[in-house]
Amino acid sequence: MSFIQPTFRHPDLPVNDVGFTKKDYEGSLSTLCAGCGHDSISAAIVQACFELSIEPHRVAKISGIGCSSKTPTYFLGNSHGFNSVHGRMPSVATGANLANRDLIYVGVSGDGDSASIGMGQFAHVVRRNLNMLYIVENNGCYGLTKGQDSATADVGSKSKSGVANLYTPIDLASVALDLGATFVGRSFSGDKEQLVPLIKAAITHPGFAFLDVVSPCVTFNNTPASTKSYEYVREHLDASGTFDFVPMKQEITTHYQPGATEQVHMHDGSVINLHKLNQSYDPRDRRSAVDAMFNAKERGDVLTGLIYIDPNTQELHEMIETTNKPLRNLTEKDLCPGSKALDTINESLR
Amino acid sequence: MANIQSVNEFVIKFANVNGTGSASANNLFAKAVFRMGIPVSPKNIFPSNIQGLPTWYEVRVSEKGYLGRRGGVDIMVGVNAQSLTQDVQEVEPGGYFIYDSTKRLDPRLLRQDINFIGLPLTEICIREYADPKQRQLFKNVLYVGALAALLDMDFTVLKDLVSDQFKGKEKLVAPNIHALELGYQYAQDHYSCPLGIHVKTTNKTGDAILLDGNAALALGAIYSGASVAAWYPITPSTSVVDAFAKYCNRLRIDPGTGKKNFAIVQAEDELAAIGMAIGANWNGARAFTATSGPGISLMSEFLGLAYFAEVPVVLMNIQRSGPSTGMPTRTQQSDVMICAYASHGDTKQVCLYPSTPKECFDFGADSFDLADRLQTPVIVLSDLDLGMNDNMSEPLSWDEDRVYDKGKVHTEADLEAMTERYGRYLDVDGDAIPYRTYPGTHPTKGSFFTRGTSRDEFAVYTESGEKYVENMQRLERKWETAKSYVPRPEIIPGKEGGCRAGVIYYGTSDYAAREALESLTKAGLAMDALRIRAFPFNSEVEDFISEHDLVYIIDQNRDGQMRSLLINELEINPAKMIALINYDGMPIVARFIHGFIADHQGSLSGGQTGEQKTGSA
Ligand SMILES: Cc1ncc(C[n+]2csc(CCOP(=O)(O)OP(=O)(O)O)c2C)c(N)n1
Ligand code: SF4
Ligand SMILES: [Mg+2]
Repeated sequence: MSFIQPTFRHPDLPVNDVGFTKKDYEGSLSTLCAGCGHDSISAAIVQACFELSIEPHRVAKISGIGCSSKTPTYFLGNSHGFNSVHGRMPSVATGANLANRDLIYVGVSGDGDSASIGMGQFAHVVRRNLNMLYIVENNGCYGLTKGQDSATADVGSKSKSGVANLYTPIDLASVALDLGATFVGRSFSGDKEQLVPLIKAAITHPGFAFLDVVSPCVTFNNTPASTKSYEYVREHLDASGTFDFVPMKQEITTHYQPGATEQVHMHDGSVINLHKLNQSYDPRDRRSAVDAMFNAKERGDVLTGLIYIDPNTQELHEMIETTNKPLRNLTEKDLCPGSKALDTINESLR
Repeated sequence: MANIQSVNEFVIKFANVNGTGSASANNLFAKAVFRMGIPVSPKNIFPSNIQGLPTWYEVRVSEKGYLGRRGGVDIMVGVNAQSLTQDVQEVEPGGYFIYDSTKRLDPRLLRQDINFIGLPLTEICIREYADPKQRQLFKNVLYVGALAALLDMDFTVLKDLVSDQFKGKEKLVAPNIHALELGYQYAQDHYSCPLGIHVKTTNKTGDAILLDGNAALALGAIYSGASVAAWYPITPSTSVVDAFAKYCNRLRIDPGTGKKNFAIVQAEDELAAIGMAIGANWNGARAFTATSGPGISLMSEFLGLAYFAEVPVVLMNIQRSGPSTGMPTRTQQSDVMICAYASHGDTKQVCLYPSTPKECFDFGADSFDLADRLQTPVIVLSDLDLGMNDNMSEPLSWDEDRVYDKGKVHTEADLEAMTERYGRYLDVDGDAIPYRTYPGTHPTKGSFFTRGTSRDEFAVYTESGEKYVENMQRLERKWETAKSYVPRPEIIPGKEGGCRAGVIYYGTSDYAAREALESLTKAGLAMDALRIRAFPFNSEVEDFISEHDLVYIIDQNRDGQMRSLLINELEINPAKMIALINYDGMPIVARFIHGFIADHQGSLSGGQTGEQKTGSA
C-alpha cells in the first residue's frame, strides 16, 4: 500500500523561484522499512529539486524493480513515473528521452537491478551518454527478495544470513568511469550535506550523470560484518573533496582561497566550486579519477563526492542529430511526407 | 521429348553461389519481365552465410497473375557447381537446363527428358575482362543477356534498367550493356531463339509496383508519424529498420536546420529495443521495434508490462523458421501463438497479418493508430517471404486528409478544466479504454505512476484482490472493444449460394491459396474462403466457421497454430477444423494446397466421411 499524504500547506513554508514549496516535491508516504537508506535518498531528491526550482512536472521518474525502484512513488508526486521491469530502467529512460528531450529524467535503480540483471543495459546507457540522472541505491543486497547478496557486496562481507560473500564485487562507479561516463559521483544516504549538491550538479549535467549512493538495508544487511552497513560506511568514508553547486540564476558571492578551489562551469551557466583535499587529484581528469578510486579501494575506503566530470559533453540527441524540438511534439506536417512523395516512391518501384 | 511450350507462364530458377554478385543480375531479369507488363514473383532462397554457399532465386512469371509459388521449375540457370546434381533433377520434363559450358558437364548428370543449353560464360569473361572481380560479376550479366535472346525479352527494357540501376555511376552503364550484348549474341548465334518457353510484352501489370514487405512496413511507419525506432539486428527483420532509415534520411530532415525528425537507436538486445519503444510511446512519441522469433521470446516480459500498464507500442515481427535459430533464412508463420498470448499471466495481444506490400504499408500505418486508440501493444506479423522478397503489389496510397488518431489523451487544457480527480484507469466512456496523459503536460494535474503492479483506477498501488479483478475484467472488456477496431477479414465466395466447405488462411498463404481455390473450382470443388487479417477475431470469422460444415485452415507451421488459436478463442469443435500445413521453410505452393484438399474431399466422398486427416508437407 502507499498512502496519499495530506495536502495541507503551511502558510509560512518557503517558496522557491517557480512558486513551489518543498511539499510540492514530495510523494506518497513511504512503505519501506523504518531507517532504510533509500528513504533518505528520496528526501535528498526532494530537497535538490526544490532548491533547483524545477517545476515538478518537468521531471520524469523511471525505475526498475526492487525496494529502491519503488521509491519514485515516494517523491515528486506531481511528476509522471514509470516503475518498469527488473533491470530494464535504462531502456525505458532512453525511449522516453528520445521522445521528449526537454524533460529532466531521473532514473532510480538498485544494485541488483543495475549490477546483475540490468548490467547490460547499464553499460549501454553509459555509452550513449543519455541525458539523465542515474542513481543506484546501493545496499549490497536484494532487499525486496529478502536479502540475498548482490554483485556489489564486498568479498567477505556478511549480511544477516551470516554467510560471507565469496565473489569479487562490481564497482558500478568504476565501471561507469571506464565506459566513458561524463559525470560520476558517489555518496552515502546518511550524508545529506554531500548528497543534495551532488544530485543538483548531476541533474544540471548535460549528459549521463551516474551516482552510486551507498544506502544501507537495515533489515537484511546492516550487520557489523557487512561493508554496506551504516557503521562501516561512516567509518570508511573518504571524500574526494567538498564542493558546492551554484545554480545558474544565483550570484557567486563566496570567495575562496586561490589554488584550493577550482570552478567547473556548466553549460547552463551554473558553477561547481571544487574544494580539493588532495592537490594531485583533479575530477576533470579521467585518469586522475580512476587512480583516486583505485587508491581509496586499496586503503579499504569508500571514495565519495564528485569523482569525475566532463561538462563539455555531447549527449545522445546531439550525437544522432535529432531535431531540437521534442519528437513527441512533431505533427503530421513534420512527420508525414504526403501523397505526392508517395507517388514518386511508387514510380521508382515500377 | 516434348518441350514445354509456354508464353508468359513459367517458373525460372537461378542457382548461384552467395556473395558473387548474382543478386543484382537476377533482379535485373525479374524487373525486365515486370517492365514488359508481365506479372512476376521473384523469391530469394538464401543460406545463413555471407559468402560461398548455394543460393537460389526463383521467379514465377505469370501473365494470369498467379504470384504464389507454383512448384516445379521449367528453366534452371545452373551456375553453381556445388548444387548441379540437385538443380538438374529439379527441372520439369521438357524443361531447360542452362549452364556454364566452359567445363564439360559430368555426363552422369545428363537427363534425356530435358534440354541442356551450354553457355561458355567463364571462357567469354576470361577473354573479355582482365580483372578477376569483373570476370565474376559479368558472368551473371552475361547469362541475363543470353536469356534475353532465348526468351525473346525486350532488349531496350534491359538497357533502360541498367541505366536506371547505375544512375550517378554512369561509367558502369556501358560495360554492363556490353556484357548483356555478349550473352545475347552468343545465344543468338548458337541456339534457335526463342525457346518454346518465352515472354511477350503485354499490359497485365497496370500501375502495380514491385516492393518488399519490409520496406512497405517502414514506409507505413513513416507515414503514420513514427519518430523513434529501436531495434537489434536479426534476419529477416533488419531491412525494416534499414528501409526506415533510408526513407527517413530522404523524407524526414528538417528543412530549416538539417536535423532529423526521427531517432533510430540500435539497441544492445531485443529487451532494450522494446523497452525503448515502450518508453518513447509512454512519453507521447510514436515508436516501434522490428524483430523475428528469438527477439519475440526476449521481448515477452516487456509485452506483459505494456499490456497490463496499457502503454501503446508497435512491434513488427518478420517471422522465420523456428524454434531456436531454426532455419534463420527460411520462411514460416510459426509465431502466431507466442505473439497472440505473449507474456506471462493472462495476456492477449492485438495481431495484424498482412499479405501484400500494400497491406504492409496500410497495416504499418494503422498499427500506430490502433495501438494509441487501444493503449496496448500491436504486433504486425509478416514473414521472410513477404518481407525480404520483391512482391508485385498495388501502388501505395495515402489520404492527404488523414490525421493521426492518438487515442484518448488529456491535453493541458483538458486537465486545467477538469474539476474531478483524474484517474488513469477510470473507464469514463464505458468502452474500457481510459484516458492517458503524457509526462510534462500540467504542473499540478494529471500525473500518475505507471507500473506493472496492481493498482486502482487512480494508478495507486493496491494488493486488493477485488481491485485487481476489476482491472483484469476491464482489460477483457477492452479486448471486446478491440474487435470492432481491428481490420475485418476478407471473404472470397466460392460459388453462388455458398459452399459446404470453407478455407481459412492468412498472411503469405494468400497467393497460393487463391490460385488453388481457382483450380479447385475448375475441378468442381469450389470452396468459400476467408482471409484472417487480425486477432482478436471479429464476428465474421466466427460466422464463417459456423456456416460451413468443414473448414480447412492453412498454416505455415507444424502445429497448425492459427487453427489452435481459432479453436481456443471461438470454442469450436476441432473435428470440423482440418489443418492444412506446410513448414519446410519454403513458401507454401498452390499445387500442394489443391492436392491436399482434392485428396481429402475424395476421401470423404469415398465413404470415409467423418474420418479426418491432417496434412503434412
Ligand atoms: C525478471 C525478474 N526476476 C526476478 C525478480 C524478483 N526481484 C524483485 S526485486 C529483486 C532484487 C532487487 O534488488 P535491488 O535492485 O538491489 O533492489 P533493493 O530491493 O535492494 O533496493 C528481484 C530479484 C523480478 N521482479 N523480475
Ligand atoms: S528490505 Fe532493506 S532495502 Fe528494502 S525497504 Fe527494508 S531496509 Fe530498505
Ligand atoms: Mg539492493
